[in-house]
Amino acid sequence: MAGASKAAVVDSRANLPFVYRQYSPEQLREVLHKMYLIRRFEEGAEECYTRGLIHGTMHLSIGQEASAMGICMPLAEDDQITSTHRGHGHCIAKGAEVSRMFAEFFGKTTGYCKGRGGSMHIADVAKGNLGANGIVAGGIPIAVGAALSSKMMKTGKVVVSFFGDGANNEGAFHEALNMAAVWKLPVIFVCENNGYGMSTSTARSTAVKNIAERAAAYSMPGVIVNGNIFSEVAEASFKAVERARAGEGPTLIESKTYRHRGHSKSDRNRYRTKEEIEDWMANRDPITLFETELRDFGFIDDQGIQAIRDAVAKEIADGIEFAKASPAPEIATLQNYVYTEPA
Amino acid sequence: MDAALRELSYAQAIQEAMAIAMDMDERVFLMGEDIGVYGGAFQVTGDLVERYGAERVIDTPISELGGAGVAVGAAVTGMRPIFEFQFSDFATLGMEQIVNQAAKMRFMLGGEVSVPVVMRFPAGSGTGAAAQHSQSLEAWLGHVPGLKVIQPATPHDAKGMLLAAVADPDPVMIFEHKLLYKMKGHVPEGHYTVPIGKAEIRREGRDLTIVATSIMVQKALDAAAVLEGEGIDIEVVDLRTIRPIDRQTVIDSVKKTSRLLCVYEAVKTLGIGAEVSALVAESEAFDYLDAPIVRLGGAETPIPYNPDLEKATVPQVPDIIAAARDLVKGVR
Ligand SMILES: Cc1ncc(C[n+]2csc(CCOP(=O)(O)OP(=O)(O)O)c2C)c(N)n1
Ligand SMILES: [Mg+2]
Repeated sequence: MAGASKAAVVDSRANLPFVYRQYSPEQLREVLHKMYLIRRFEEGAEECYTRGLIHGTMHLSIGQEASAMGICMPLAEDDQITSTHRGHGHCIAKGAEVSRMFAEFFGKTTGYCKGRGGSMHIADVAKGNLGANGIVAGGIPIAVGAALSSKMMKTGKVVVSFFGDGANNEGAFHEALNMAAVWKLPVIFVCENNGYGMSTSTARSTAVKNIAERAAAYSMPGVIVNGNIFSEVAEASFKAVERARAGEGPTLIESKTYRHRGHSKSDRNRYRTKEEIEDWMANRDPITLFETELRDFGFIDDQGIQAIRDAVAKEIADGIEFAKASPAPEIATLQNYVYTEPA
Repeated sequence: MDAALRELSYAQAIQEAMAIAMDMDERVFLMGEDIGVYGGAFQVTGDLVERYGAERVIDTPISELGGAGVAVGAAVTGMRPIFEFQFSDFATLGMEQIVNQAAKMRFMLGGEVSVPVVMRFPAGSGTGAAAQHSQSLEAWLGHVPGLKVIQPATPHDAKGMLLAAVADPDPVMIFEHKLLYKMKGHVPEGHYTVPIGKAEIRREGRDLTIVATSIMVQKALDAAAVLEGEGIDIEVVDLRTIRPIDRQTVIDSVKKTSRLLCVYEAVKTLGIGAEVSALVAESEAFDYLDAPIVRLGGAETPIPYNPDLEKATVPQVPDIIAAARDLVKGVR
């Protein structure tokens, strides 16, 4: 790995992977905390759905936690993201509170979208999350527009656009990358390649072997990372953020990962084998990989891990209680927020 | 020259409005295909790039979907983009961002954001550009809550409504009939706005209400002038905004005249005429009607290339005269 140039950090951590040299032990333990928070949030949401407490559908990001956390790690609070239908992890990684996310899924007024958006439109504008999206690739041009704002208003903000492997075959992806490159905008395109768009594998849908290769068509760096290794993702994101802030333009990061759950609640998993799923869960789980590293490098002990798990369990339980206890919107407010109300 | 009599073309009026908007607010900028040194396909942006620079008059690649999305993203993060579609027909390529994103973002996010984007659509037939460059698709967008859709019919309104659109916190879609670009009319200097959502009575009359949009407003006025010689007194309502529609002005006018003719260029079926007819039929004005409501709209065909066929596709002044005369005389 590159990084020896960071000569300033000449201590016992000098030979460790990027994040262990770049971030403090407290920050790294917080990353593990957040990864657990995403995992348990997804499990909690799934359970509430199964019990009929949440309606609609949802797309769980279990298995992709390192990707969300790694990409958001070098972002500042006022940097912005656009997200996808599989966006719960991005939302938490960017700083959202799980209580208000649960409240949104329960359709309550205390939810981030006051019960109007639900899972597929979860957002946290105050923390820079401009929203998940029900349209595959819908957020990509919007991120480019946000980056254009950053450049024109000289705010220094960097914008990340998350999308899936399926989205890279939409015209919006190509139009957006081209414009971002032509105008050298501070935007990072993050393709979370989990191998499938619903049932269709990238091999069956995509003419290039690696989606990062498409960066060449738009004269920007295309980086492939193991999306299940937090440090690899964070390092790529860190470099892309530096490049964007320096005014050098966009980067395409392909984060290779896997979703453990089905595409949505209607998936019968007919397009992949049980063995494949079990292999990813047993051997490449991003939380297990990061936790093991942290323990091996002496950043955390078993007691510390247990403390994180306990704290997360309580946050999830409290969040669900908050959601349940929150008020539902009045029917009379049906047409609120269609237009901007006169001040 | 007397400033009160200053005349500009419709295109110049829009250009002046965009310049004023950019002078007043540094967040305002223009985006579109060939709007820079080329001046725009219809010379609406003209030389603005020389005054405001390529950073505020941005030539985009030929990317309607991406371009519309960039405008939406910039709007939601603090800028005030005015995005020009080269032809309104190309709205079809940008529909995703217009309908699914711009129109719904505020709603989906529970009021946490506004999307103050303005999109301009050169629209309509009469230029010989045939089926893919001549459509009137305003009713498509008028069907979408979250959007505001306007059709200024005069240079005065083109300027005032564009300035109102730029000041509006929500997405405003402006349909500009291409044949109006050269129309001259009085345009006041400086900043003024014409409200979105208010129809305007262009001519008062007792015998018949014609509700018209865009270029059909002038045609209805021409028809009314002819019929005045026959003793038929026509009221012409310029709808100006199709979402949100000004129901009250239409209802009050029909209550006064007891007859309604809707005239619009877009394909007749499932269009603005159906909406106006229905809103009257659903209102107290229904009881005042002395005759069936009549719609004059575009033929149920794509716009043809041949100039005579093209003219025959959309309502012309003689068609309006005939329909109005028949209505008032009780022929139908
Ligand atoms: C424009 C559009 N087409 C199709 C869909 C239906 N759909 C929702 S998610 C999805 C698969 C997306 O795959 P990918 O981009 O790889 O994301 P992932 O679900 O794997 O995270 C499809 C086809 C949609 N929502 N929007
Ligand atoms: Mg996928």
